[in-house]
Amino acid sequence: MGTTTVEANNLGKRFKDTAALDGFDLTAEAGTVLGLLGPNGAGKTTTVRILTTLLRFDTGSAAVAGFDVARDARQVRRRIGLTGQQTAVDELLTARQNLILFGKLFRLDKTRAGERADQLLAQFGLADAAHRQAKGFSGGMKRRLDLAASMILAPQVLFLDEPTTGLDPAGRREVWDAVEGLAADGTTVVLTTHYLDEADRLCDRIAVIDHGRNLVDDTPAGLKRRMGHDRLEIVAADPSDLPVLQGIIAAVADGDTAIDEGASSVSAPVKESVAALTAAATSLRDKQLTVADIGLRRPTLDEAFLELIGTPAKEDQQ
Amino acid sequence: MTTLAPLPDETLAGRLKWTLHDYRAIVGQEFTHLWRQPVNFAWQLGFPIVMVLLFVYVFGSAMDVTGQGAGVDYVAYAMPGMFAMTMAFGFTNTAWAVAEAKQKGFIDRVRSMPMASSAVVVGRNIADTIHAAVDLLVLFLIALVIGWRSDGTFWETLGAFAILLWLRFALIWVGVWLGLLVKSVEQAGNLFAIAFPFGMVSSVFTPPELMPDWLGAIAAWNPVSATATAIRELFGNPSAVGDSWPEQHALTAAIVWPVIITVIFLPLAVRKFQNLGR
Ligand SMILES: Nc1ncnc2c1ncn2[C@@H]1O[C@H](COP(=O)(O)OP(=O)(O)OP(=O)(O)O)[C@@H](O)[C@H]1O
Ligand SMILES: [Mg+2]
Repeated sequence: MGTTTVEANNLGKRFKDTAALDGFDLTAEAGTVLGLLGPNGAGKTTTVRILTTLLRFDTGSAAVAGFDVARDARQVRRRIGLTGQQTAVDELLTARQNLILFGKLFRLDKTRAGERADQLLAQFGLADAAHRQAKGFSGGMKRRLDLAASMILAPQVLFLDEPTTGLDPAGRREVWDAVEGLAADGTTVVLTTHYLDEADRLCDRIAVIDHGRNLVDDTPAGLKRRMGHDRLEIVAADPSDLPVLQGIIAAVADGDTAIDEGASSVSAPVKESVAALTAAATSLRDKQLTVADIGLRRPTLDEAFLELIGTPAKEDQQ
Repeated sequence: MTTLAPLPDETLAGRLKWTLHDYRAIVGQEFTHLWRQPVNFAWQLGFPIVMVLLFVYVFGSAMDVTGQGAGVDYVAYAMPGMFAMTMAFGFTNTAWAVAEAKQKGFIDRVRSMPMASSAVVVGRNIADTIHAAVDLLVLFLIALVIGWRSDGTFWETLGAFAILLWLRFALIWVGVWLGLLVKSVEQAGNLFAIAFPFGMVSSVFTPPELMPDWLGAIAAWNPVSATATAIRELFGNPSAVGDSWPEQHALTAAIVWPVIITVIFLPLAVRKFQNLGR
């Protein structure tokens, strides 16, 4: 499709003496899933609250579904769904009553609201709990109900702030399926998460934020590529071998070797991974050393992320 | 999945219709709460009942409100006071409910929805006023059991009922404002520390005449006293008034005070709500 449904430019937001956002940019194309990643306090929730009209910002501009967030809040609200970081259901109502209430507030008539409630309860595995008060729900059940409520209208843009935090594996899978289903039908999804496997699986693009500034905006594959090379790792059978093993790895490495004392392992990035592995294995045999494990590690998104966050923001800006 | 488009509400009439629809949905939600929490409802009424029993049977026997001796007619004096006090304390319930809706993220959720944003505040007000009317009916019944009677006509009695609700209605704006102002539900609970002197330094259980001068003056000018004295007159119950202006013109004061409260606190509450996005 290629049209931009979420566009924020140079967003700035201060809370007293903290700059929650400091010139943050964000774009999402229609029908794609955008992941917003960053450490605690990076400004993810602040961004989501601004884009969903809940929070005013100091500088910059933001448009969602073609409408200016500050000037046309009403139009924006008609086109978005939101599941905030904090679960926001009415705990005194039953699951079904909650969904009907929100359905009514989304201007569905009574029958439509009831039908939609039942569909969503089934979709999120809450059919059995439909007539129980949300007060007695587990954290994960409340979360699912909360998510269901944000999907009542199949919104044009859906914002999910840490949607799967606290969910069991089955619950996460339901959320992923729902997000993928909505995205396939054209909904743009903006989600924040601390789970990199989730971002890897769901997101078309990932924007990394830290201290309210853009660190990187890339595809999951692109992010991993930035990590560069595979790492060759040897786990020592006897920790006293570590210095010798470091020497073996350094001889074939294309970068600094790292020693992990706790895991008794040595590793380093390698360009020609198979050749490096063979060379290292050969020198192990020549030196008649026994090791617990030797192998190649593909970079994970976790490592890409940690590397990004670990470096000062300015150096990585682009 | 079916895409369900929001219904259009661009015309003025359409907007009005949907605004009323939103109010109804929120009021309906409040009633489901009451229905779901009968115990809570009972507790809220428990407090005024305990207070009245305490005053009538413990302190009341020592109080001479009619000039005919200690304890005489005290029930007839204290019951209207209890009605007024319950209305005065009611704003803490409002504040608590608003603070909870805010803390639980419910207010944020509805603020991100296309509904009329006034519905949270207005719906709260309608629901709380109806709730207060039910409270009053229950308290009337209990008062009748204890031996209180209204000697006023049907219309005077109904007027007293309306004046009580009028005070409660005005104080709802105070409750909404405070509920949005406080940082947490716990803080909202502490508001009772403000409510208690506001309700008690008044003529609800003790004539201001019997208090030290300075305290009596505050009590005489307290809006709660105006309501208590006005309804005593309408019920034909003893009222033991001094000669300050609000005591002499209790009915006028009982109508005007809530107007003043509304004029001050309605804009404060609305502004606070609109500025939640700061
Ligand atoms: N209402 C507020 N008042 C004061 N400071 C705030 C407020 N909301 C957020 N902040 C500050 O703004 C910064 C960004 O917070 P934000 O909630 O956006 O982080 P986040 O990326 O969502 O973090 P997390 O991963 O922990 O959810 C933090 O330093 C936070 O302390
Ligand atoms: Mg957050």
